[in-house]
Amino acid sequence: MKEMSRIVKIVTNFIYGFIIIFGFYIIAHGHLTPGGGFQGGAVVASAFAMLLISYGQLKAKKFLNINIFSLLESCGLTMFIVVAFLGLGTTFFYNFLANSGSWFGNMVIPGINPGDMNTAGVLPLMNIAVGLEVFAGLGIIVLLMADGAEYTKKKENAENDR
Amino acid sequence: MKKIIFGIAFIVFFSFLVISAINMRPFGLPTFSEMDDYFIENAQSEAGANNVVTSIVFDYRGFDTLGEATVLFTTIVGIVALFRRVKK
Amino acid sequence: MIGNFPYITVIIYIGCGIYILMFQKNLIKLAIGINLIENGINLFLITLGFKKGAVAPIYTQAPSGQSMVLPTPQALTLTSIVIGIATTALILSMAMMIYKHYGSIEVNEVRRLRG
Repeated sequence: MKEMSRIVKIVTNFIYGFIIIFGFYIIAHGHLTPGGGFQGGAVVASAFAMLLISYGQLKAKKFLNINIFSLLESCGLTMFIVVAFLGLGTTFFYNFLANSGSWFGNMVIPGINPGDMNTAGVLPLMNIAVGLEVFAGLGIIVLLMADGAEYTKKKENAENDR
Repeated sequence: MKKIIFGIAFIVFFSFLVISAINMRPFGLPTFSEMDDYFIENAQSEAGANNVVTSIVFDYRGFDTLGEATVLFTTIVGIVALFRRVKK
Repeated sequence: MIGNFPYITVIIYIGCGIYILMFQKNLIKLAIGINLIENGINLFLITLGFKKGAVAPIYTQAPSGQSMVLPTPQALTLTSIVIGIATTALILSMAMMIYKHYGSIEVNEVRRLRG
């Protein structure tokens, strides 16, 4: 697909960093504000889609590598399952870090309070794992579909010229 | 001929939907809410999170989230297998 | 009957989706119809859990003295939205592969060209 004009490229260079940081903010504060793993992952994947559209498919293939996305997605799902297995002392998926005083384990003041980031046990770790899997997965889908469309169009042009 | 039968079937089905939408119970008054009252009361002390919806998705009903992550992963494996090119 | 307005919106969504599935022959339009039905069902799940005069079920800086909406249908709708994304992506990928092999994308032509 053809690349876009110079104004679009300058604005994309300026803005895609802010979109990625905003997506990671939504993932990391999943236990205090509305959001979480799935929503933040979709926001980060939209930044990659914007890069792909504004630079064209031939140039974007050089700095968006499919093998790195594939590795990140597998790491995300593996981390989710390992965190679920760690609480196997009581039961599967047990929240063994809540109200315990160690890594994410402060007590929550009951009722309406300004949020404390250090609470809620296993939930931030699971949010980060699911967010990693969702944004790498949606990035793979967008990149593969653009590559397939480009290949079909080249074959069609080669047949029409013959 | 086939279009007329499809048209009659669609009108019958749509009239079922309209009759059931008019006779639903009024909007904004749920009948049974004991489970959700328990979740709203005890989610802060048991799971330790301010966000009740996230604590339901990842702590009280974590198995559904495991199944959903597996469905997403399997779909991506299927798409990568569809777009593979045969190298000559 | 004006009080039931969200349910009438839901049946308009599902009615449009079923009309597209019954009467259109292009593969991309069929994918749009399936996506409309799934989004209508997600909207229906969320409107089942509403209480009059209540706020969102989050304790961080919430306005005091009000009851909260039921949180369980919102958690189930999250899962359903992600499954809708997966279904739409797979249908569109198969449509691209069918176009590459057969050269056409109408449903009744793809049946007759073999090999």
